[in-house]
This record gives sequence, structure tokens and C-alpha cells, in this order.
Amino acid sequence: MIDIAIEKELLFSSGKGQLQIAFQLEQQQFLTLYGASGAGKTSILRILAGLLTPDTGRIIIDGITWLDTANKINVPPQKRNVGFLFQDYALFPNMTVQENLTFALQKGQEKNPIKDLIELMDLGALQNRKPTTLSGGQQQRVALARALIQQPKLLLLDEPLSALDVAMRNKLQAYLLQIHQTYQLTTILVSHDIPEILRTSEEVIVIEQGKIIERGTPSDIFQKETSFILKGTIQALRKEAQSVKLTLLVGKEIIEMSVETATANNLLVGNIISVEVLHPIIRKYS
Amino acid sequence: MPLVLPPTVLGFYLLLVFSPNSTLGAWLNEYLGIRMVFSFAGLVLGSMIYSLPFMVQPIQSGFAKLSPSLREAAYVLGKSKWITFRKVLLPNIKPALLTGIVLAFAHTIGEFGVVLMIGGNIPGKTRVASIAIYDEVESMNYAAANHYSLILFALTFLILLSVYLINGGYLKTSLLKSPNND
Repeated sequence: MIDIAIEKELLFSSGKGQLQIAFQLEQQQFLTLYGASGAGKTSILRILAGLLTPDTGRIIIDGITWLDTANKINVPPQKRNVGFLFQDYALFPNMTVQENLTFALQKGQEKNPIKDLIELMDLGALQNRKPTTLSGGQQQRVALARALIQQPKLLLLDEPLSALDVAMRNKLQAYLLQIHQTYQLTTILVSHDIPEILRTSEEVIVIEQGKIIERGTPSDIFQKETSFILKGTIQALRKEAQSVKLTLLVGKEIIEMSVETATANNLLVGNIISVEVLHPIIRKYS
Repeated sequence: MPLVLPPTVLGFYLLLVFSPNSTLGAWLNEYLGIRMVFSFAGLVLGSMIYSLPFMVQPIQSGFAKLSPSLREAAYVLGKSKWITFRKVLLPNIKPALLTGIVLAFAHTIGEFGVVLMIGGNIPGKTRVASIAIYDEVESMNYAAANHYSLILFALTFLILLSVYLINGGYLKTSLLKSPNND
């Protein structure tokens, strides 16, 4: 089980503030930290990995103390054995795919999982290539394999798929789920891609300005009583007697709707908005 | 500091520090048998002190350009700071390293003030190319000065060319390879 309670002064998007986080997580869970950019999500991952030291707090993983500022315990990142996936992949450009994986092996590591991981992540054909010659998706697969070489029990994913296109994301999400199950990992993902969270995660923690504001299953957090959400770009705003006629481009469809004048006040043509439909009226035609 | 200090000033102070009359110079001479003043060893040391900053700067900017996640990724993989430096950081700043070495070298072969001060101008011992050129010009021997100058000119041109070829090739391989689709 992960038990974390930390505090650190950070620079948020709105200015200086306090990151104040405390939560527990059972083994083999897939948790997502969700929130706007600059809310402190990545800092939590970095603190867990030992790359950032909080001002005060403690981290206990399966009964082992990684951090306890009161007793001056701070296990260095080298000794924590976590898998960490960076947004920019962080593959070593001077090494081939194979060398990147071999580099990750620990001295005297008993089991060499390179062969299994190459097979699992479909890296066979890429082994002798340098990272700069690979696509984003291929690089992230190598990075994922490399993060698992030391067989960590905790996998930290810092928006690993945000730089990839939708098709590649879907593919990589499948890989993530597969390795999460195969290696019985506890996985913490930082993401603000709702479909990705719905697909991968069992739990979501919503973070705002360094504080946890909500925790629940993805469907609890995102679906609530809303039946569906339309996301689109405003094409036109036309004032009428009592309301404003809003023309919205959703996908390739043009949708028109009337909204209250007060609601339309801060909207401009070109804005991307979402419309939540609470009680859709459904008629059956055939 | 050596970057902005006039070379003659640096050379003058090195001369004072290493002179057999100073404590350090006397100690070196007596216990280690090293004479720094008017010797080739002293000349090399003086040049190093003067030229090292020219090497440090490109190397420093090479490190600054590396993504911090490379270092962090190595740490998370359990690698020590030394292994990370040797196996990950250093190999990835090769062009900056080469530029630094060549800049320092090119700067040193043209050095005049420091080497004249600390090395003097002893033929066959501490007379370096740039001082030799000055000597020949002084004694109106323009043909020999021209001869030396041309050699230095060709040498520096070749060094610069090889740096551009090597670094250019390196940049090309890392930047121009188009990513393949999955």
C-alpha cells in the first residue's frame, strides 16, 4: 500500500501556493491524478520518485519508509525502484534501443526480462535503432519497456501519451493496461485526457491548486448526472429578443441552440466550449 | 577571470608566483625539482590556465542544452551520479566537447602574452610559433615570418574544417532522420 502525506511550497499557474496532498492507495490499483496544468500533479509523481523533496511529509510504500522529514529519512531515487515514464520519453540518444534496455539492468540482477519485454512491447525490429530514428509512439514503447526492466512494483506515468496522436494513444493505452495487469503493478498516471482515464483507470484523484478536491471512480468523477457532453467551436452568436442563438461546430456537424443572454455574455466566436446535456429527450423513429 | 584578464597581466603574476624567489616556486624547485619559470612545463601550465575557460564555456552550454529528464531517468533506473555522468551525459555532449577542446587548442597555439612572460623566448625550449613570427618580423625577416604564418593559418583552417565536418555530420544524423510511422 502507498501512504503519502506531503507538503511543499510550489509555483502554481496562479502564483505561489502550498502543495498539500495526503492519500492512500492499495496495491495493483490504476490511479489517475487529474487536474489543470500547473495544479501540482507532476510534482506529486516527482516526489514519489525521489526527484523532488517536499518541505515536510512522509511516504511509506508497503511498510517501507521512503521519506520521513521528521526523522530525516529520504531514500534517494536510485534506491526506490520505481518505473517512471517521462513526457519527453527521456531515451538516451547515444544508445540503441537494445543498449537503452541493457543500461537499465541492475548490477547482478537475477532475472533478465529484456527478451520478454521486447516481445511484449513489439520492439524486435527496432533493437538496433537509435531513439532519434523512431516515431513518438515507438519511443514511448521503448521507454515503457526500459521503465520495467528492474521489475518495479510502482509505475509512475507523467502524461506519457500527451504528445501522440489519437490512434497512437489508443494503441499505447492498450499496452499500458496489458503491462499493468501482467506485472501486477500499482500504476499512477498523470493525465487530463478523459477518454484515456475512463479506459485505463480504476480511480481518479482530482487536484486543484495543490489540493485534492475529489476522489472516486472515473465514472463518478466525469459522468455524474450528465447524460452526454458535446464539445465544439462557436461559429456564430446571434442576439435574439430573449436569448442568443449559438451556432456550434461539433465534429463535422453544425448545431444551433438557444442559450440565455447571461450565459452567452462571455462567449466569443472561435471559443471551444462544452455543452452538458442533462435530460435528453429521445424520440424513436423506426 | 582568465577570460577577461589581459594575458600579459596573467603571465606576469604567474611569473611572480612561480619564480624561484617565491615560496611556491622555491618549494616546487626544491622538493619536486620542477622549475616553472622559463621552462616548457611552466609554459604549458600558463597556457592551460589561460585557455581553460574557452573550453569550459561550450561544454557548460552543452550540458545546459540536455533535457534534465535524461539525468533523472538514469537516477530512477538506479544509476549513480558518476555512472550517469559518464555513460549518459558526457556521450551526449560530444559536439560541445569537441568544440571546447578545439577552441582551447586553437586559442593556445596562437597565445603570445602569457607564454612570453612565463616561458621567455628561449630557442628550442620555450619559443612558440607566435613568438617566432614576431621575432622574424622584428629582424625584418619577412619570408620566414610568412612561412610560419602560413603554416599556422593552414593548421587552424584544417582544425576548424574538421570540427565543422564532424559536428555538422553529428547534427545531421540526429536532426534529419525523419521519424518513421508505427
